[in-house]
Amino acid sequence: MSTDVTAKSPAPAPPGGSGPAADGGLLGLVLAGLRRNMRQYGMLIALGLIVVLFAIWTDGDLLLPRNVSNLVLQNSYILILAIGMMLVIIAGHIDLSVGSLTAFVGAFAAVLTVQHGISWPVALVLCLVVGAVAGSVQGYLIAYLGIPSFIVTLAGMLLFRGLTEILLKGQTLGPFPDGLQKLGNGFLPEVGPDTNYHNLTLLLGLVLIAAVVWQEFRDRRRQQEFSLDVLPTRLFLLKLTALVAAILVVTLLLASYKGAPIVLIILGALVVGYGYVMRNAVFGRHIYAIGGNLPAAKLSGVKDKKVTFYVFLNMGVLAALAGLVVAARLNAASPKAGVNFELEAIASSFIGGASMSGGVGTVLGAIIGGLVLGVLNNGMNLLSVGTDWQQVIKGLALLVAVGFDVWNKRKSGS
Amino acid sequence: MAGPVLEMRSIVKTFPGVKALSDVTLTVRQGEVHAICGENGAGKSTLMKVLSGVHPYGSYEGDILFESKTCQFKDIRASEQHGIVIIHQELALVPHLSIAENLFLGNEHATRGLINWRETLRHATALLRRVGLDEHPETRVADIGVGKQQLVEIAKALSKQVKLLILDEPTAALNDEDSDKLLDLILELKNQGITSIIISHKLNEIRKVADSVTIIRDGRSIETLDVKAPETTEERIIAGMVGRDLDHRFPERTPHQPEEGAAPALEIRGWTVFHPIDQQRKVVDDVSLTVRRGEIVGIAGLMGAGRTELAMSVFGRAYGRYAAGTVLKDGTEIRTKTVAEAIGHGIAYVTEDRKHYGLNLIDTINRNISLTALDKVAQRGVVDEHEERQVAEGFRKSMNIKAPTVFEPVGKLSGGNQQKVVLSKWIFAGPDVLILDEPTRGIDVGAKYEIYTVIDQLAAQGKAVVFISSELPELLGMCDRIYTMAAGRLTGEVPRAEATQEVLMRHMTKDKEVTR
Repeated sequence: MSTDVTAKSPAPAPPGGSGPAADGGLLGLVLAGLRRNMRQYGMLIALGLIVVLFAIWTDGDLLLPRNVSNLVLQNSYILILAIGMMLVIIAGHIDLSVGSLTAFVGAFAAVLTVQHGISWPVALVLCLVVGAVAGSVQGYLIAYLGIPSFIVTLAGMLLFRGLTEILLKGQTLGPFPDGLQKLGNGFLPEVGPDTNYHNLTLLLGLVLIAAVVWQEFRDRRRQQEFSLDVLPTRLFLLKLTALVAAILVVTLLLASYKGAPIVLIILGALVVGYGYVMRNAVFGRHIYAIGGNLPAAKLSGVKDKKVTFYVFLNMGVLAALAGLVVAARLNAASPKAGVNFELEAIASSFIGGASMSGGVGTVLGAIIGGLVLGVLNNGMNLLSVGTDWQQVIKGLALLVAVGFDVWNKRKSGS
Repeated sequence: MAGPVLEMRSIVKTFPGVKALSDVTLTVRQGEVHAICGENGAGKSTLMKVLSGVHPYGSYEGDILFESKTCQFKDIRASEQHGIVIIHQELALVPHLSIAENLFLGNEHATRGLINWRETLRHATALLRRVGLDEHPETRVADIGVGKQQLVEIAKALSKQVKLLILDEPTAALNDEDSDKLLDLILELKNQGITSIIISHKLNEIRKVADSVTIIRDGRSIETLDVKAPETTEERIIAGMVGRDLDHRFPERTPHQPEEGAAPALEIRGWTVFHPIDQQRKVVDDVSLTVRRGEIVGIAGLMGAGRTELAMSVFGRAYGRYAAGTVLKDGTEIRTKTVAEAIGHGIAYVTEDRKHYGLNLIDTINRNISLTALDKVAQRGVVDEHEERQVAEGFRKSMNIKAPTVFEPVGKLSGGNQQKVVLSKWIFAGPDVLILDEPTRGIDVGAKYEIYTVIDQLAAQGKAVVFISSELPELLGMCDRIYTMAAGRLTGEVPRAEATQEVLMRHMTKDKEVTR
């Protein structure tokens, strides 16, 4: 290996045998592409499969416009939590407190707006600040005092739950002002001429499609510039078509009901923003570095404590946002809100490709993982499966997803 | 003279890609203390692992005869049943259990699964008396010092009816007093008829306790000497340890001409560091050294000499508990309390353990390279992936990193290529001073040469290079000056012209004497 320099060609060959597959039909191409990117696409395909299966089992009810809209609203807060949880898990930690924290923030919002009549924008900001403070206290204990995150957030879980009950005196408090309710149940306003569809949603969908197509082509061009392995043209077009079709379908479904939920817009912004940070920002890089190999990151000058602190602060803010959305959706703050949310968020992250030892995962993965659970929930509700069996099935889904990941990793020999 | 109790004949042990032992023959006589001596990586520990069944029968070639019977140990338990007990360098005690519990771990005095505490304590007390350890058997192991823990290990061996005791560098972690006590105990056990094999670097210890010494070099047994014979001097042993031909090649190198008057790029004064856990132990003791621009300065020392500890503690106090000392860069004192500060002052430390401290193995080549200096490829906190990729591609070509793309996970590369990534990472950080800790450990000869060339180029560019290595030929081939360390102290400074393996080895085995 030391002398064999000639074998090293300047144009790198794509890993895995793509040669024969390139000559095969489109199906062969697709299969080869999938095989190479099993980890990336595995869960996406699983999600697609689950959607198709439940659509069939429910005689299409799953994909009725009203239900799709519901699906988004029902799962939005778990998805918001899952984004933050993904960061925490990538950094090599865990946060068990977020369920209780969402309840606490919901209660706080209720006390502010319902009991004290504070205007809702002010209350919203105050709630996010409370989340940030809660997150930063936990983050400080974990990062700077070195108390394990499991312990700190387990304590936080009990503590915030207790504080919620104290704040609400065991009662349910509501209703919220209209503005805040919109956060959980609201849709984009209706504008323009009366078509059968929701105009603004259609417009947004088209903008999104344009953005995605532009982004995909730009990525591809850049990769080609560096003579990197790119998808074969036919496969690339297929992927692009599938992507556009998926966005189009969801857009049309939403637009033929009440339009895009406001929380979906927020969620979309979060996914794009956090995806960008984790991929392109120095901060995101440092999160992957401390999760992947903490001693090496330290010796590379990464301020590991600061990074850990901010990851938990961020989790607190997102938990507060999720808390507001839940409270707004139920239109009441309840002492029992947010129970098990932390577990759903953690499960979403692991289904979406996070690793127990940290350093691995993507924001999009957390969303896909969350959607897998969400569609399972919704689909089983439509089929009137009892909550008992729902839990069993969700547990199995988590096991299968992570088991598949482990098996796949071992097979590829890494 | 007593007959042999142990014979190991023509032992060959191969790991994937490396021949750790190519032909070792060892004969130990009944009732003697037999020392095994050799450089780091010569194969001493591997040999003992073969003997004790850590590497089971079938994974090596050759024969082992113990008490004239052929032995085929399939694990440690099997060798222990024959009375062969090994005490590893890293002690195998459970810190939160008591001495007594540790003594009989896996071998409890119990009836039907219930521990008989009376019998346990009685037996433990007897064993502790035998090794001269004055501690209550119910004391937690974590609460006693390393020296006493070592005695507990020996007591544990005695409880197993030991006939042949193997000690792997037993005094490496001990202070003078504890070392003496331990050596006395070995002699005492010898009087009780227990044969011992002791692996040690320290020639004064060997002279004190051993009857004979076998020298191992590059996986071969070279010779066995009678320690008590007058012709077996320390020089004689050293000659045996180092006497190989230079089988490595080094790039042609014009020795550095120091500029008169210019302050050294890096100067360390009176650097003293304590062990992170054992607060009493000085791991680095009053070390002062200088490195000039364009100079390659070696640090030689055997295992436990404190080389890595010195480097890591200077580099942002990443090791141990700082006690005293200053760091000067180009003549002015600098703060290096954190790694970020050290990097900011243009110091880079390339770790000896690239897998644990050097690289994020699950991440890609480009992301590993950019990590130390992400700001160089980022604007306002946003990484320019375009530029990052170009930087990584540049290093892939210039360093000849063999990987299809820079998006390959580093964990999939070979050792030599991983090392090139680590070096790239630190070169990208743009330091003035590079501290290289065993930069060629565990990589093949071809890759070694490439790395030597890079180091040479760095010095030619005016960087100051500190080169820590256990391979003396490598230091002799590359360095302008070589410091030697032993037991945390500097024991010598040898200019290139005067440096030979023998001279260095003499300084490196000088254990605790200070000479300047």
